[in-house]
Formats: sequence, C-alpha cells, structure tokens
Amino acid sequence: MWEWGDPAAPPLLLAHGGFDFARTLDVFAPLLADGGWRVVSWDQRGHGDSEHAALYSWDADARDALTVLDTLGRDPVPFIGHSKGGSVLMHLADACPHRVSRLVNIDGLPSRQRAPDVAEHERSKLLASELAGWLDHRRRAAGKERKPAASLDELARRRGRMNPRLPLDWLRYLAGVGARHDPDGWRWKLDPAMRFGGFGPWRPEWALQRLPAISVPMLGFLASVSEPMGWDTTEEILAPYRPANAEFHTFPDTGHFIHIERPREVAALVLRFLAS
Amino acid sequence: MSEPIRLRHAKVTLALHPLRGPQGPGARPLLILHGRGEATRPRDAAAADSWPGAILGLDFTGHGASTLPRGGGYTAEILMADADAALAHLGPTTLLGRGLGAYVALLLAGARPELVRGAILCDGPGLAGGGSRPTTPSLPWPAERGDGRAPDPFALVDLARDVRPPDYATSFARQVSQLSGLERPLSVCSIERPDWLRAVLEEPGVADTTLGEALAHYGGEEAESRPTRSPQASEHRGGAERRPSGR
Repeated sequence: MWEWGDPAAPPLLLAHGGFDFARTLDVFAPLLADGGWRVVSWDQRGHGDSEHAALYSWDADARDALTVLDTLGRDPVPFIGHSKGGSVLMHLADACPHRVSRLVNIDGLPSRQRAPDVAEHERSKLLASELAGWLDHRRRAAGKERKPAASLDELARRRGRMNPRLPLDWLRYLAGVGARHDPDGWRWKLDPAMRFGGFGPWRPEWALQRLPAISVPMLGFLASVSEPMGWDTTEEILAPYRPANAEFHTFPDTGHFIHIERPREVAALVLRFLAS
Repeated sequence: MSEPIRLRHAKVTLALHPLRGPQGPGARPLLILHGRGEATRPRDAAAADSWPGAILGLDFTGHGASTLPRGGGYTAEILMADADAALAHLGPTTLLGRGLGAYVALLLAGARPELVRGAILCDGPGLAGGGSRPTTPSLPWPAERGDGRAPDPFALVDLARDVRPPDYATSFARQVSQLSGLERPLSVCSIERPDWLRAVLEEPGVADTTLGEALAHYGGEEAESRPTRSPQASEHRGGAERRPSGR
C-alpha cells in the first residue's frame, strides 16, 4: 500500500491501471493530498512491489481492492481509478454501494468492441491464433523473465512504445521507481506471467450496462486520442447508459493517461467535484 | 493411485495421476478432468474401462494434490491452461470432463484442435458455472477458512461464478469442428444441459450420446483415420446403449 498526505485527513481510494503501479501516481496523488485528502493506493497483485500471484482475475483484483478499503474503516469514501483500476473500482462500487461516497473514473470505462463484419471462419482463425498464443505463453511462463534492459534509459524507451504520448523524462522516472536491477540488467517488477490482451467470456458492454446503477455522484474523464492501452470510449457511446448524477469531461488532444498528461487540470476538477 | 506426475504450470505444480496403463501399443491416452471441488479419483478409470489407451486424471490448480495458491483468482480459462500443461506432456489425447471439467474440455478442444482428439462432456459438479450472463455483482469470500487442504475455498467460490455465455461456448465448438479435422470432435453425455451446453449441442460435429458409445467411438480407429461413420454405426461396434436423443 502507498499513501500521500496527512494521515488524519479524510481518506480516498485511488487505483492504478493495468501494467502500471502505485508510483505512476507520484505526480497526480500529491495534488489531491494538497487538496486536503489522505490518498491511499496499492500495487495490484503482480504489479509494482506486490506479490506475483499464481492467479489473476477480475474478482481477485476487486477483493484485493476491498482488502485495502477495509483498512480505511467502514465509512464510505471516494473511489478514483484509472483504466483497469477504474473498472475494478466501478465493480467494487456496484458490489458494495455502501462503501463508496463518490466515484471518479479516468478513462476506465470499457466499450471497445471486437472487429465486426468478420466472416465466421475468419473469426475462428483469429480466436484460434489468440488462444494458441496464450496457451503457448502459459507453457513458457514457468521461469520466464522479462527481457532485461542494459539501462533504465533503455527500459524507459521501451515503455515509450506502449505509452507513446508520455515524455521520456517521466518514463525514466517511472523506470527508476518501477524497475529492479538483476545481475543481467534492469527489469520492470511486473509479473512476467501477465500478458497484454487476452480473451474470455467477459464483454465490455456488460460494464456499460452496469453504469446506470451507479447512484453516487460520478465524474468521468475520457481520452480524445486513441492509444494502445486505451478503450476508446466516448461520451457518445456512454450517453445511453449515463447515470443521473454523472458528469463527463473529454480533454482535447489527450491520450489514455489523462491524469499524467494533465495532472493539474484533472486534480483541480476532482477536488472541486469532491468538495461539491 | 500411484505417485502422480508433477507438471509445472507457471507458479503452480499440477498433479497428473496415471490411473491405468494402455491395453495395447499405440493407443491414445484418455485424460479425465474432474468437476468443481473434486479431484482425480481411483475409480474414475473403472468408468472408462473400455478405453484402449492409458487413462490419466489431472488435478486442477487448487484441487487434489496440485498447488493451493493464495488469494483466489480462478477462471475456467486458467484451468484450460492447466489441462494444456497435461497435453504438452501427453501429446494427442482424448478428454473426458465431468461438470466444470467438461466445460474446460470444450475450451481446450477449441484452443488445441490438433492435440485434442475428441472431448467427452459428462455430468458433474460445476457444469452450469455462473450462468449465461452476469447478475447482481457481489464479492463473496469463501464461507470456510482454508486449512491448507484441497479444494481451495476460493476455487469453490470463483468457479461457481464464472459466466458462460452460450455464444462464447459455441465459438469454441465451431473452432473444434473447423480446425480439428474430426467429423465428430465433441460428444455430450450429460443429463444436465445448461444453456451453454444446449447451444453447443446445436453445432455441427457434436453428438448427443452415452459415455460408453463415446469411448468406443474415440477409442476405435475410425474416429481418427477415415471419414467418420455415423454415430449409430460406431455405436453398434462399441456395443453401447444409446439413450433416446433429446434433440
């Protein structure tokens, strides 16, 4: 667990996105702390300094979030989550409505659909190669390590491929706090058994269909520039599911990491929302 | 049961139990996948006694003699990868799944159509899973405390909740029938028919039959080497009873 701000201040729960870790919030979280909050976050299982787990699932992440929340007492607190962290906290808010006072979601509303209009046999082949690729990955996962980098700088440049809009200086900082030094070089602490993408019965529209159930005030931020890690959800897609108490912001020329690209603007809006 | 074969799947060590040796040379193994909360049992081999090849049973993660991880996170997909670790060891194999194991057998047959030489889907715990679509979200914790013995209480909770949309299940069934090269890659022998399984039964290459007939079908050479005869033909050969079809 990580926290920023006065331990006596009112707490809020903040969740990082997939393949990130709590210290990716090192700029954004202190801005919220300066606004009078005790900001509490955690490295999700397999991420940052938390244990590499044998199993990963949506429910497991939500139960982990609940475990962190339980350390803050039983009173409802604001939830703020980015990307996958936003979805996990939406799920937690829906499962435990009595534990949340307000909900902030930073580009964490899944809606991306798989390619439509693909002939059935082509779809089979797509699914087949995805499945075989994943199973091959699982077969190799024992003893698998991430590729080492000769320097933190190289690690930062590599991350730039997934985070093309973030400045290299920031990625270098992240490498400094998110990597470990092994005898053969630098690696992210991330569990190498985890893999981007994947498949399963879960569909993004299920998350959208739960959105109207959110009865606490909600503030959502959406990206306007498509990125590999993002979900490309727009206000238009959300319109039919919009809860009565929701407010959405779409920043121009902003990618998936809205709170990292525009920490001050996002923090100011969040603080105003939490105070209202 | 004799000592299990230990297989590595990422951070987990799986127990693969040899239950009975092959009756003759060159026969393909039969891998039995147990249901939710179960484990491989010595008597499982007796139920498949007519099988000509070796008979083995795999304990899934959190079950039987396999590793009990901490903190849950079970999905049917990860159990499919457990079973794939057994395929990596055994090569081409016929699967026999009970309950949850039947669903996992379907997934693996779709994911490894070249290695799974027929999958037999039978009744057992966890056949229905968490239904066809999510219902009211909840975050249950296991009612019983883990005492280090299998099954992992988290497995019982998580694997009662995994959602099985019929069109997800049929995408695996379609893949098997398009990519396995088998005329009849799937055999359904269960009495219980949850939505996902009813949908699978509508797909081509899926037989509605009995365990005895299915074992005879995949154990005989006709399933492998030439255009398949009708299920009726192989049934006579195997001498199995046929349950009236519900379709």
